[in-house]
Amino acid sequence: MHELSIVMSIIRIAETESAKNNAIKVEEIELDIGALSGIEMTAFDFAWQQAVRATLLEHSKRKINHIPGEGQCMDCAALFPMQQLYEPCPVCGEHFVSVQKGKELRVKSLVVN
Amino acid sequence: MCATCGCDANASSSIRQFGENHPHPHDHDHSHDHTHSKTIIEVEKDVLYENNLLAQRNRGYFEAKNILALNLVSSPGSGKTSLLERTLTDLKDQFTCYVIEGDQQTSRDADRIHATGTRVAQINTGKGCHLDAHMILHAVQGMKPAENSILFIENVGNLVCPAMFDLGEKERVVIISVTEGDDKPIKYPDMFHTSTLCIINKIDLLPYVPFSMDKVKEHARQVNPTLSFLEVSCTSGEGLPAWYQWLKEKIQVPEQV
Ligand SMILES: Nc1nc2c(ncn2[C@@H]2O[C@H](COP(=O)(O)OP(=O)(O)OP(=O)(O)O)[C@@H](O)[C@H]2O)c(=O)[nH]1
Ligand SMILES: [Mg+2]
Ligand SMILES: [Zn+2]
Ligand SMILES: [Zn+2]
Ligand SMILES: [Zn+2]
Ligand SMILES: [Zn+2]
Repeated sequence: MHELSIVMSIIRIAETESAKNNAIKVEEIELDIGALSGIEMTAFDFAWQQAVRATLLEHSKRKINHIPGEGQCMDCAALFPMQQLYEPCPVCGEHFVSVQKGKELRVKSLVVN
Repeated sequence: MCATCGCDANASSSIRQFGENHPHPHDHDHSHDHTHSKTIIEVEKDVLYENNLLAQRNRGYFEAKNILALNLVSSPGSGKTSLLERTLTDLKDQFTCYVIEGDQQTSRDADRIHATGTRVAQINTGKGCHLDAHMILHAVQGMKPAENSILFIENVGNLVCPAMFDLGEKERVVIISVTEGDDKPIKYPDMFHTSTLCIINKIDLLPYVPFSMDKVKEHARQVNPTLSFLEVSCTSGEGLPAWYQWLKEKIQVPEQV
């Protein structure tokens, strides 16, 4: 359940950024979560419910951009969608793949007042 | 307040100070001009940036003092502590070693390390299923490891959660034992993706379990084509000289002038 520490980090970022802007309430939080980021969404939702209680994210609307995985083959340069880290290049079958997208785990924006 | 990292002993309780009430206690019947206007903050911040920052700080410290910091990860029971017990005993006269033990509840592993005569710091993570860079920073502050030494960090036994948390280590070493099955690398790809060395332990049990050495390596290379492998038994000692050789190559003691 590292998802709980992830949610705690998100709360800390929201608190810091809100304080900088003298905001007391977060209406909306926008997150980027990549498919290869290592976050299991069921565990994340559960951790979220537990952790945001009595914080400034308690009643915030949560917008999550799920970013699909994308790999690039280091041998033939093909770009391809990636569901798992162990997928080979569909063009040449090689495993030297660099992950281009899907590792994101980011607080993108906050709407505060 | 911690001077090095700026952390606050009460940091976790401070979460509760925000957002409970509208903090100006006047009532709103009177009309003053008072806009509760919305602001959009473009944060664009990595959720793990705080951990990554502290990890970079640890890494800088280790590099400056030429400390080889290794993060040992595996599922529970693969043999992290057993490997350390053997290594610390066998290399006692060659290197100065330190150990940080991450354990959820007990000090059992730390006691086992202590029995080898090695300096050990123990971090109980409670419900936490991984070590993070902040914990390492404080453990190292208390430990003050000498220059040109090896710092072994035994992470909490868990093949999933520790993968995301950089501790500032030089190398991440994943341990898998032959009793776990040869499909683990693709079931838990993140850990194998982020490690540089894979130690396959308990090879003394190979005759008794269905485990293919070729398959496990093939699976692991699908996730991480640059991963290296060592096959060992902490019980019989087979393969350990190659592990010690690996450590010697990594430590790079500066030449005495
Ligand atoms: N047969 C055999 N047993 C081993 C070997 N290495 C470790 N063991 C046994 O495996 C069990 C677990 O070993 P530990 O070293 O405690 O494993 P660990 O990874 O530190 O476990 P946690 O800290 O709980 O995650 C112990 O009973 C060890 O004696 C080996 O090479 N062969
Ligand atoms: Mg152990
Ligand atoms: Zn976990
Ligand atoms: Zn290709
Ligand atoms: Zn601190
Ligand atoms: Zn008001």
